[in-house]
Amino acid sequence: MKISDVVCPFCGALCDDLEVIVENNEIKSVENACKLGASKFLRIEKRLKKPMIRKNGKLVEVSIGEAIEKASEILINSQKPLLYGFSSTSCEAQALGIEIAETVNGVIDCTSSVCHGPSIIAIHEVGCPSVTLGEIKNRADLVIYWGSNPMHAHPRHLSRYSIFPRGRFTERGLQDRELIVVDVRETDTAKLADWFIKVKPNRDFEVLNALRTILNKGEIHQDEVGGVSKEDLIKLVEKMKSCRFGILFFGLGLTMSLGKHRNVVEAISLVRDLNHYTKFSIMPMRGHYNVTGFNEVLTWQTGFPYAVDFTKGYPWYNPGETDANSLLQREDVDAALIIASDPVANFPRASVKYLSKIPIIVIDPFENLTTQIANVVIPSTIVGVEEEGSAYRMDTVPLRLRRVVTPPKGLLSDEEILRRILNKVRK
Amino acid sequence: MIEVTLITGRTIGQGITIDEKCEEEYVKEVAICELNVKDMEKLGIEDGDVIRVSTQEGEVFVFAKASENVGKGTAFMPLGVWVNAIIPKGTDSTGMPTFKGIRARVEPAKGEEVLSAEKLIGRIINED
Repeated sequence: MKISDVVCPFCGALCDDLEVIVENNEIKSVENACKLGASKFLRIEKRLKKPMIRKNGKLVEVSIGEAIEKASEILINSQKPLLYGFSSTSCEAQALGIEIAETVNGVIDCTSSVCHGPSIIAIHEVGCPSVTLGEIKNRADLVIYWGSNPMHAHPRHLSRYSIFPRGRFTERGLQDRELIVVDVRETDTAKLADWFIKVKPNRDFEVLNALRTILNKGEIHQDEVGGVSKEDLIKLVEKMKSCRFGILFFGLGLTMSLGKHRNVVEAISLVRDLNHYTKFSIMPMRGHYNVTGFNEVLTWQTGFPYAVDFTKGYPWYNPGETDANSLLQREDVDAALIIASDPVANFPRASVKYLSKIPIIVIDPFENLTTQIANVVIPSTIVGVEEEGSAYRMDTVPLRLRRVVTPPKGLLSDEEILRRILNKVRK
Repeated sequence: MIEVTLITGRTIGQGITIDEKCEEEYVKEVAICELNVKDMEKLGIEDGDVIRVSTQEGEVFVFAKASENVGKGTAFMPLGVWVNAIIPKGTDSTGMPTFKGIRARVEPAKGEEVLSAEKLIGRIINED
């Protein structure tokens, strides 16, 4: 049986044209997906099958009821629990996670704080001239990727949305567009570019500022900024001013480097200034398939997009204080519920060291490095493969994830696990 | 020994093995450090040799990988357990750790073991 129009639950591009071949409830092949998306559908066998609780230092299998009971007990007994992850699950599960955080006076954060958190801080300051991927496909004649390597992180981004597709006003596809890549290394995306501009590491802010100065004042005094010659900077400004419809996609090259949110403020300001001359937009290249969804759901429920602290009895948001890494490195939480994420693998050493000292509950379909140090492990079904759910694409367009196979008996969805925990902690 | 600016980032291999961190494949894809060929010549090392990468936070042993993508004086490591072992503490009051543009040192480390993800984490959480 071929199931069409399946939405891929891997990255923020949420490609919605996958075709999954299923026979006897087994996924035989996935068409149209990139390697990353296909792996999400085809590598589901190596999964966690039973709930576990740590007893005498070892994880032992228990019933789902016992695991939920223990997880609830940890949250209730905690003075300030951290609820973290949420970017690879559905909006419905995210909403329940937020309700639990509020009920137990905890702190809730998602992977934004280690990806585009600085972009969100920048957007608070200067807004965001946004656009949808559909508009880009139909109109963009100048596409810039800055500090982003979609050929590795979002492999179909160029073919579905930005460079290769034929659009309404870009009928010849690639021939109607120019691709510029700005990066500190010559990535596989840079190799495809019409023009690759190499910036010195940690110098993006200066380059962006120089571009704004040239755009607004017509001149800079330096011969070179951040490894880019004055001639190239002027040429880039001219290309940006003279295009019909430009888009600047930016990645973690801006958010993780020196300057962090200031780099993004400067990039957004450049795009804002360009709109005096032409139509130009900017978009963060969101990583996890529903990290945007978490920001949306948390914002409509609390007014804030990530790193929300409920310990005061009302939502308090202050990245640098209320985000996962700041809390862990300050040793300011005493338990953690981790869902759809693996912070032990993805956080810096100092955060991991503290995380290992507090009780941890993990909800995830797969074994990972956080499950290995957890006190409670609850296996879940895979959203977008075994469960339906809502997710937001990187351009904040919501899409419905599909169920293509029935999950193994006994496994619950993230949503159902969180609902059961919520019912327990409410009592 | 050479001084480099260390960059971390996503790779397709790291993405494919993201749910298989306890497998050998994850080590092959992520326990690596890409270096410019000239920097490797300077260090007297070849593709696949074990190197020590260190920052103010600590040290880690990984496999060297020759790359034309990185310039002289730059090193690239995929996001994951090994590079996180040497990412500096702190978030500059933003919540975001500094995963890119870190000052680091690279030197040959023949005979040293590249630990599995589980062993490395075990060592980190048990150290003083």
